[in-house]
Amino acid sequence: MPAPRTLLDKIWDDHLVCSPDGEQPLIYIDRHLVHEVTSAQAFEGLRVAGRRVRRPEATFATPDHNIPTTDRSLPIADPISKQQIDTLRANCREFGIRLFDLGDADQGIVHVIGPELGITQPGMTIVCGDSHTATHGALGALAFGIGTSEVEHVLAAQTLRQSKPKSFEVRVEGELYPGVTAKDLVLYIIGRLTTEGGAGYVIEYTGPCIRRLGMEERMTVCNMSIEAGARAGMIAPDRITFDYLRGRDLVPKDFDRAVARWETLPSDAGARYDRSQTFSGGDVVPQVTWGTNPAQVVGVDASVPDPASMTDPSDRSSAARALEYMGLKAGTPIAAIPIDRVFIGSCTNSRIEDLRAAAGVVRGHQVASRVRAMVVPGSGRVKRQAEAEGLDRVFTAAGFEWREAGCSMCLGMNPDTLAPGERCASTSNRNFEGRQGKGGRTHLVSPAMAAAAAVTGHFTDIRQWRYH
Amino acid sequence: MQPFTTLTGNVAPLDRANVDTDQIIPKQFLKRIERTGFGQFLFFDWRFLPDGSPDPAFELNQPIRQGASILLARRNFGCGSSREHAPWALADYGFRSVIAPTFADIFFNNCFQNGMVPVKLDESDVEELFRRAAAAEAAGQAYRLTVDLQSCLVHDDGGFSRSFPVDSFRRHCLLEGLDNIDLSLKHVDQITAWENAHGLAPLQGGAT
Repeated sequence: MPAPRTLLDKIWDDHLVCSPDGEQPLIYIDRHLVHEVTSAQAFEGLRVAGRRVRRPEATFATPDHNIPTTDRSLPIADPISKQQIDTLRANCREFGIRLFDLGDADQGIVHVIGPELGITQPGMTIVCGDSHTATHGALGALAFGIGTSEVEHVLAAQTLRQSKPKSFEVRVEGELYPGVTAKDLVLYIIGRLTTEGGAGYVIEYTGPCIRRLGMEERMTVCNMSIEAGARAGMIAPDRITFDYLRGRDLVPKDFDRAVARWETLPSDAGARYDRSQTFSGGDVVPQVTWGTNPAQVVGVDASVPDPASMTDPSDRSSAARALEYMGLKAGTPIAAIPIDRVFIGSCTNSRIEDLRAAAGVVRGHQVASRVRAMVVPGSGRVKRQAEAEGLDRVFTAAGFEWREAGCSMCLGMNPDTLAPGERCASTSNRNFEGRQGKGGRTHLVSPAMAAAAAVTGHFTDIRQWRYH
Repeated sequence: MQPFTTLTGNVAPLDRANVDTDQIIPKQFLKRIERTGFGQFLFFDWRFLPDGSPDPAFELNQPIRQGASILLARRNFGCGSSREHAPWALADYGFRSVIAPTFADIFFNNCFQNGMVPVKLDESDVEELFRRAAAAEAAGQAYRLTVDLQSCLVHDDGGFSRSFPVDSFRRHCLLEGLDNIDLSLKHVDQITAWENAHGLAPLQGGAT
């Protein structure tokens, strides 16, 4: 009998093109997603070397990082941003790549439109010049971020040099309490693994708590695997995955046959992981980051930790530096921290279920007078769906801005940024110094927690929320 | 790609853990469509005061560290975004090697694509290098190290010598300055065979 294999083993074995003596293995890449910020130099490299794209139909492009989220009928004001978008257009035209352009009904954040259009499928290898490519692992794919030189390599050879990563089972028992979301779960896990605990590994999330998560919640969990340093995160496909994919634009025509194939992907009983760690869903409370990396996180019912209490000298100095940057004092209750801005969006939390959760909190309330709040849907489709459900009116009636799809203030490449010293409750994935604008102070939270903070003007435990 | 064999140069200590790629090259500089010219923006938000003048408190702005080609840092260097602009900026500024206890995976890969050697040493060895650099600088001299990729050794003139791990294939590519795409396309028959075996349509007038 063949040895039991993990989901990662199965996808790896199936995609191994060759493993020549003395070289790193070459693995085949099924899908390649491209955006404007990390691709221009790769296409230029192809041109200089006189190479073509080996399999244009395996590559899909959309502008998302560096685009305005205001009226799309207006020209892009920043000439350098405009040039980057125009360059993506010209490259897609020249190399025959399908582009979901600005103004296209299906444009959106790459990691939102991939699953949404059925580009992402179980068992595939998927890459993109973006570290949050791990998102696609939620559907049972091996998906990871690459640099621009590797983007060029994939365009030219439809393969990538890779050494096989180690496997890490993160098992979550039990279930989440009401008000506790996938975002809280993954922040909690990162807080315990640290920002480098997953380095060298692909995480497979398993266990009853993970199996209960809906498809979009699973995307939130896998999305942030990189914040624990992991190459990728993945979740074995099941009925929830297949139901999500059925009927989407680019899934296989013979869907049932594809499902039969996908059903063989989950890790075999007895398969060995290089490392395993177990958490309990019941231990998780709503999370709020207090520092400048995603592992610097505590529950909303806790206080800002004291660096002096940390045993590791490196943790201590990082924490002290973080508190100084964040303008926080050790011992301050999280719920006593006032905020200036709220951002609901990003490849972590901009899907329809995220917007429904936030709108549910906001309904019948007003954004606090000192707070400026914005919702940026992850894609054109998410935006239209939200509008069909009237969520946009819930948000705008409460005082939120309702924007066009894009990465927006998650990384602040476009005009959506924090001013120095502004404090933001954000549903995005990184609270690094300056990430949302130089001097800006980011606290990562779930969509419901961000919505509640918008209303009260400070972090608020969503488990005690009065819903209207 | 520029080959890397042996580098002897001044060391710039940056005593911080978890230096993320947003710090190495902030997002406002990712709009350019070239690979070159990013050095002027390296560590921009740390390096410059709001009025645009260099911040004298920032580690790399100390006069003794000017012209350094080896960056010494703490663990998890290069975490966060996949932006290859990070090694582009480091290389353009003048760094050809980064020494740290651990690196984030994507940054680590990106270094090899750009003629840079990421050197992983034990935390205690990195600590020793920080000590030696501080002692040299206290005596008014830049600390000098040699990163030898042929022998996979880091050493100074004062008795410090440690070997570092590097994948043999990547080492070979760096030593020879090989084009990774050319190397991979030597296996094009196997790539085509994989596509055929997986029922993918033949290439349309295809690339080679």
